[in-house]
Amino acid sequence: MSALTDLTLAEMAKGLREKAFSAKELAQVHVKAVEDARELNAFTVETPEHVLAAADAADAALAKGEAKPLSGIPLGIKDLFATEGVETSAGSNILRGFKPPYESTVSANLLRDGAGMLGKLNLDEFAMGSSNETSAFGKVINPWRGKGNASLVPGGSSGGSASAVAARLCAGATGTDTGGSIRQPAAFTGIAGIKPTYGRCSRWGVVAFASSLDQAGPMARDVRDCAILLKSMCGFDPKDSTSLDVAVPDFEAALTGDLKGKRVGIPREYTLDGIPGEIDAMWKKGADMLRDAGAEIVEISLPHTKYALPTYYIIAPAEASSNLARYDGVRYGNRVVPDGGNLIDMYEATRSAGFGDEVKRRIMIGTYVLSAGYYDAYYLKAQKVRALIARDFEQAWEKCDVILAPTTPSAAFEMGAKSDDPIAMYLNDVFSVPASLAGLPAMSVPAGLDNDGLPLGLQIIGKPLDECGVLNAGYAIERAAGFTARAQRWW
Amino acid sequence: MSVDAKTVKHVAHLARIEIDDERSEVMARELSNILGWIEQLGEVDTDGVEPLHAVIPNTLRWREDVVTDGNVQDKVLSNAPRAEYGFYAVPKVIE
Repeated sequence: MSALTDLTLAEMAKGLREKAFSAKELAQVHVKAVEDARELNAFTVETPEHVLAAADAADAALAKGEAKPLSGIPLGIKDLFATEGVETSAGSNILRGFKPPYESTVSANLLRDGAGMLGKLNLDEFAMGSSNETSAFGKVINPWRGKGNASLVPGGSSGGSASAVAARLCAGATGTDTGGSIRQPAAFTGIAGIKPTYGRCSRWGVVAFASSLDQAGPMARDVRDCAILLKSMCGFDPKDSTSLDVAVPDFEAALTGDLKGKRVGIPREYTLDGIPGEIDAMWKKGADMLRDAGAEIVEISLPHTKYALPTYYIIAPAEASSNLARYDGVRYGNRVVPDGGNLIDMYEATRSAGFGDEVKRRIMIGTYVLSAGYYDAYYLKAQKVRALIARDFEQAWEKCDVILAPTTPSAAFEMGAKSDDPIAMYLNDVFSVPASLAGLPAMSVPAGLDNDGLPLGLQIIGKPLDECGVLNAGYAIERAAGFTARAQRWW
Repeated sequence: MSVDAKTVKHVAHLARIEIDDERSEVMARELSNILGWIEQLGEVDTDGVEPLHAVIPNTLRWREDVVTDGNVQDKVLSNAPRAEYGFYAVPKVIE
């Protein structure tokens, strides 16, 4: 039965409709796969009862010919999405035990369309990290192994989602992307993931990190599965004031692989000293693949690329320090009261005990750059540079329809390799942060393996609301690359 | 910009995070490094540039001024570390 977990989401949906297997069988093999893979530490909570109940409902609907788009599809939900009655702790001790009395809009949309939830997926604490080493629930392990069988990080912050999809534990997963948290782990684990345009997916019920950047999106085996999941996840939500009231296209119908008449921009600033030649080689190969699919390749310039990362590390921590002010030990989560302590003592002790080092670091940076006397020099300056970065893209769209770039400056690295050097860790997102700052849709697709046999991803960035164009270019790369490699099971 | 341990303690207090002397020293070095790296933004000419506030143009919507939610006191308090008499309970604030 292990073959069922090898199917793509689209193949599972087809098999269910053709009665090749039942939703219950599908759910059961996935529950078993999750149990057998605990060594990866991808899940923080397992909810077999949830996915099995959804499977029963799906089988009943299928029997009546009333199946919904995701009926019987077993998914993993990143533990940043509030799930009604199921512990949601954002990878943090400060929220441990929190059971939301409500369901996030994105996960509710997936459940509405018939999906079942296998459990909650591990992540960097409050989605702050690029290696999934900062979770209070422990590190997530990449199913791919490095040289000498070394243990590798799955990327972050959606590391549990990436690891679970790559290890065939779930058909697909939700991720969130603030500066690269869907694309970078997708690249590190050889799967596909898309961050849609800011405002496409409702942020309601998603634990907030940096509100002007946070955006949910799907992570899945291939581009088609991403398109199917994205359609369910998107949609206008009056409960999120930044939700876009626009029609949701049929993303899957856009997957023709034909790029005739499309211009693909190659940004000359996306080359960095010290990145492996293999990344550049893969990038050039990707351009050839898109040319073969009919596209015209044009060189473009995004002059402020170099400043995207430092801009991000002002804006994201500033917003985080405001958002995380809510964790005060009063309304939810953990509380620590020193003997005889007053309310302020309680706040300080609670937050000191509840937040991990990276979260504290970012709250401190955010508090510092927003504090009296520094606001103009840091935050306002960053918002101005952000405007210039967005303008770079606007000017690029006069010359091209989508942009092709590497997703990451390296393949997955070894556990602990960058945990003592915050800036080295931040540099992981050097290619993904610019599109985040400009709110643009962007995806990563697996394009090949490096010399050590590890997956490398290519990134497609698109115009606002042109997820169809992004997915189709990703589909063209996927078809041309014929990426079939997968992590050999060791767990 | 170099940050010293005293500044770290001040910022930590603003952020309501307890921090001891030893951690303050470490954090001062880390923050100085990060802020030093961030300061390359000073190279960018931003004269006359309007700061960006919304990445995707969007108008804030109006809605009817009516109650849309409520009567869920139990749900609201269900996750409280301490709740008493239908309220959140905290250490004594007024002597």
